[in-house]
Amino acid sequence: MNKQTVETHNEQETADFAARLSMELGGGTVLALHGDLGAGKTVFARGFARGLGITEPVSSPTYTIIQEYKLPQDKWFYHMDLYRIDDYRSALAFGVEEYLEDSNAYILLEWPLRIKELLPTSTRHIYIEHLSENSRRIIVE
Amino acid sequence: MTLILGIETSCDETSVAVVEDGDRVLSNVVASQIRKHAPYGGVVPELAAREHLKAMDPVVRQALKDAGINSLDEIDAIAATNGPGLIPALLVGVNYAKGLAAGNDLPFIGINHFIAHIYATFLDSGIEQLREPSLYPLLALVVSGGHTALVLITADGQATVVGTTIDDAAGEALDKASKLLGLGYPGGPVIEKTGANGDSSKYDFPRPLTGGAGKAVAEENKYNFSFSGIKTSLLYHCKRLGGEDIALSETEMFDTVASYQEAVIDVLVKKTLKAAKDFNAASIVLSGGVACNGVLRQRLEDCTPKRIKLFLAPRKYCTDNAAMVAGLAFHHLRKGMIDPLTTDAFARLPQISQVPFTD
Repeated sequence: MNKQTVETHNEQETADFAARLSMELGGGTVLALHGDLGAGKTVFARGFARGLGITEPVSSPTYTIIQEYKLPQDKWFYHMDLYRIDDYRSALAFGVEEYLEDSNAYILLEWPLRIKELLPTSTRHIYIEHLSENSRRIIVE
Repeated sequence: MTLILGIETSCDETSVAVVEDGDRVLSNVVASQIRKHAPYGGVVPELAAREHLKAMDPVVRQALKDAGINSLDEIDAIAATNGPGLIPALLVGVNYAKGLAAGNDLPFIGINHFIAHIYATFLDSGIEQLREPSLYPLLALVVSGGHTALVLITADGQATVVGTTIDDAAGEALDKASKLLGLGYPGGPVIEKTGANGDSSKYDFPRPLTGGAGKAVAEENKYNFSFSGIKTSLLYHCKRLGGEDIALSETEMFDTVASYQEAVIDVLVKKTLKAAKDFNAASIVLSGGVACNGVLRQRLEDCTPKRIKLFLAPRKYCTDNAAMVAGLAFHHLRKGMIDPLTTDAFARLPQISQVPFTD
């Protein structure tokens, strides 16, 4: 998949884009989601999960660091938020590499630069940038 | 007389307590990492699990000492929170508790952190009232950094989650606002203190899923919460007032914080009262870390209809603590609900169906 850039104009469009993206990707994909507080990472994650067929609420992993969702055929969706982790050593202490190496999982990482040393080279990076209060530019690399 | 040692390590606090007969708290030691985290604006400098491991021995010793217990022979059971929470952190407490139980031939009891928060409301206050059928249906609002949910409990102990956040918890909305505004950590107390100087009606922040702004609420979200989008509106509000680097005057900052907090509290109170009315609740319980917030407590006191009994969790039992774990475990023990040593920790809130303290 090549680099893509889209502009969305409301939360629904952001979520829809994320849902389409999740359907194009296979398991074993690590997605690093970059964006400031309030950029729309939660909306993106919710859309992404919907695209995978997850219907339950996609609640914030900020406090739990990881939210795990079971998918059909023994696949998993790991929604991780490294906001409260200070560096890769702390992440290794709880076994983050086991999640990153799971080839049966879709992995969406918020605040991924906290563990930049551990990201697989195949990691896809997604940047959400504010254009205005409702509009966003989403870049997939 | 039944004495239970409880352990809580689901998030950042390492806590151990000894509770007698479910509500007499003999000791409740909390080794908090908050002070250590403050300079980092909420970022945990070391992972909680490592800190728990370090704290566990001294905290257990202190809890036994405070309770005047000389030997574990005096204890009747060992309880630990086994979920929901951060798995590596939970495992420290669960495994420690299992070790104590196995080594001293005591029963082990795994406790649901979420139900323990509800139960915390009744510590120190006599739990006989929990067996009073006129208390039910009881509607509990559990609101913290990690949870925001409404739980309906009936007199037979049936429990149903009637509403939950579909994204961020209310405490997270306060924490992240504090971070965004550069006010420090933990966010809840700082927001309350800063907001106390401001005019809460000065600015209008959105009230998600309440049907405002011409948007109807979907049936499935009637009692659900959403606190993620409100951060975005705060960010743009601040940029409008103070430019890209958010340079607000003191008055603007006070009014912004007061108005933002008001939006969060308004949603919590409105949803709770709506659910209480629709489910014909006889009592309302407020618990969890955000239940420390004085504005929220006062608002519920002012707005709860007279016919509904209101129970506000004592402030000292709102944030994570082991007294609520040891207290709730008493009811597990008296009902013979002992867990095997193969019991696992779990990360996410499972379907709640039953609580053990209503009969």
